Amino acid sequence: MTTSPIDIQPDEHGRFGEYGGRYAPEVLMPALLEVERAWRELRTDDAFWTELNTLRRDYAGRPTPLYRADRLSEHIGATVWVKREDLMHTGSHKLNNVLGQCLLARRLGKPRVIAETGAGQHGVATATGAARFGLDCVVYMGAVDMERQALNVFRMEMLGTKVVGVESGSRTLKDAINEAFRDWVANVEDTHYVIGSVVGPHPFPWMVKELQRVVGDEAREQMLAQAGKLPETVVACVGGGSNAIGIFSGFVGIDGVRLVGVEPGGLGLATEEHGASVSAGSDGVLHGARTRILQAPDGLIREAHSVSAGLDYPGSGPEHAYLRASGLAEYASVTDEEALEAFHTFSRLEGIVPALEAAHAIAWLLRERPSGDVILMLSGRGDKDVETVKNLASQDAPDGRPS
Amino acid sequence: MTLETYLRERGRKILAPYLMCGFPSPQAFPDLLAGVIDAGADMLEIGIPFSDPLMDGPVIQRAADVALGNEVRPAVALRTIEALAPSVPFVYMTYYNPILAMGEEEFAKRARAAGADGVIVPDLPVDEATSWIAASRAQDLAPVFLAAPTTPRDRLEALVAAGSGFVYCVSLLGVTGVRASLSDRARDVVDAVRELTDRPALVGIGVSTPEQAAEACSFADGVVVGSAILAAAERDGVDAAVSLVKQMREAID
Repeated sequence: MTTSPIDIQPDEHGRFGEYGGRYAPEVLMPALLEVERAWRELRTDDAFWTELNTLRRDYAGRPTPLYRADRLSEHIGATVWVKREDLMHTGSHKLNNVLGQCLLARRLGKPRVIAETGAGQHGVATATGAARFGLDCVVYMGAVDMERQALNVFRMEMLGTKVVGVESGSRTLKDAINEAFRDWVANVEDTHYVIGSVVGPHPFPWMVKELQRVVGDEAREQMLAQAGKLPETVVACVGGGSNAIGIFSGFVGIDGVRLVGVEPGGLGLATEEHGASVSAGSDGVLHGARTRILQAPDGLIREAHSVSAGLDYPGSGPEHAYLRASGLAEYASVTDEEALEAFHTFSRLEGIVPALEAAHAIAWLLRERPSGDVILMLSGRGDKDVETVKNLASQDAPDGRPS
Repeated sequence: MTLETYLRERGRKILAPYLMCGFPSPQAFPDLLAGVIDAGADMLEIGIPFSDPLMDGPVIQRAADVALGNEVRPAVALRTIEALAPSVPFVYMTYYNPILAMGEEEFAKRARAAGADGVIVPDLPVDEATSWIAASRAQDLAPVFLAAPTTPRDRLEALVAAGSGFVYCVSLLGVTGVRASLSDRARDVVDAVRELTDRPALVGIGVSTPEQAAEACSFADGVVVGSAILAAAERDGVDAAVSLVKQMREAID
């Protein structure tokens, strides 16, 4: 039996199978090629990994624990191991990527970084990394998300970052990414764009995966040490998909380990109000990559919907599209209502308030009740969502569903 | 006659207004189209509205929103232009996903049927354009590529070799929009293109006033002007936009 994962690498054109590539304006192409060259150097540079690993340990709090959640396990009739990225500095897995990209920005000699953010987790992580490395930082955030994640906006500002509200389109993550690209087009010579997920033009999906795979590598070793075996199931939420790629990369292709990505089903896949681009979307090009996206038949991008700002995006990373096509992972969805219920259930059973994003993975466990050992990727903590959940509950009692 | 030959033999600097199909309204768009041609446009660039125009600034974003709000979606735009049959050569400008959704060959066929001479796809760099170039060439459509101030020599060679019609010289680092002055870098881009080809070099993105158009035409073969014209149409109506094009014509002749 194979006990080590497949090391999935894109080809020289940045393709995972037929997905990925580099669909970017000419003005950015030299910068993308420069980032790719720099990443190729860094990834084989021992000094880079020594510095990054020291930061991960002493600054960010890695390794994060793998916690056996006994009350949840009893509730669903399985053994659930929770990968605690909520305990990482800034409260989510996002800093894994940001620390690596800040080192990259330093190597490139770029004094300014920009980022997009949905839930605010990546924005907070980037603001944190920028403060730590003394970089100027601007974060683009949809106006709708600034409202629903007001606390994170304040955190970013405290860290010295300028947060710019985006009023175009659906005023959520998709539009924040558009605006960040526009900034990059104008400022590419002194600015690095710290893309927050495994999306965008090559080399971002690849580089962000390699920076997030620490989660999966740790979890596999912890599982073998603590449970003496590998899990039967690994489950994670998927918006752009960086937390899922991170945990999946520790297990992909190993016999007997089922990988499940849980997408935001919003008001249900039968409606157009969801964000399940991998399971219910189609192939297209968005934000620089050929991948699974939500689109009308004529190629206009559809607006996604999710109660969770971090999953409210009409596309997913190209590697997820590839994992789906190759059968290496499967993709499911849960509704807003199921995610909200899971948010409460998990809080009460385990004393851990999960991010609404991660609540999607929990909801899948509560609904599907897989047997055996399960790794649940807890991508972040839910403090940022408490107000959203409270408002939803008072709007539309008793189930907390948005009206 | 190919687009390149037409532009070369025009005998004057090329003025290419950019219009968004369906803007300022589906009713007023034909008047604006006819008006800018009367005012002295040599060629048009016609935008097909897209939901996520990441190379466009606020004016063209709003124009796309207005058009899409009036249900001027890609197929409607192609039919509209075919019916209007502009009397000067024109190129489409749209993003890659609508082309991909229709199918590259089908899009090229319909664009040609509507009378287009070329297509600009700002999020499709030459590296990813092999099949699109083949589909365009099969329909005698010119694939037009953008040369940016950041484009190094080897990339410029590749995009000059792959493209036809004209070279779209991006005047600055930035998205489309109105600017207070013409960027110093426009001339460098044109000079770099001239070293490689005698294909017409048109300057676009950020050319906003008659003075800037004249300045760009002192070293380039012509200009593409978008946001300034659309902003005039939005603010003061079709006549104001047409009047701006007239002033540009006078300034560059």
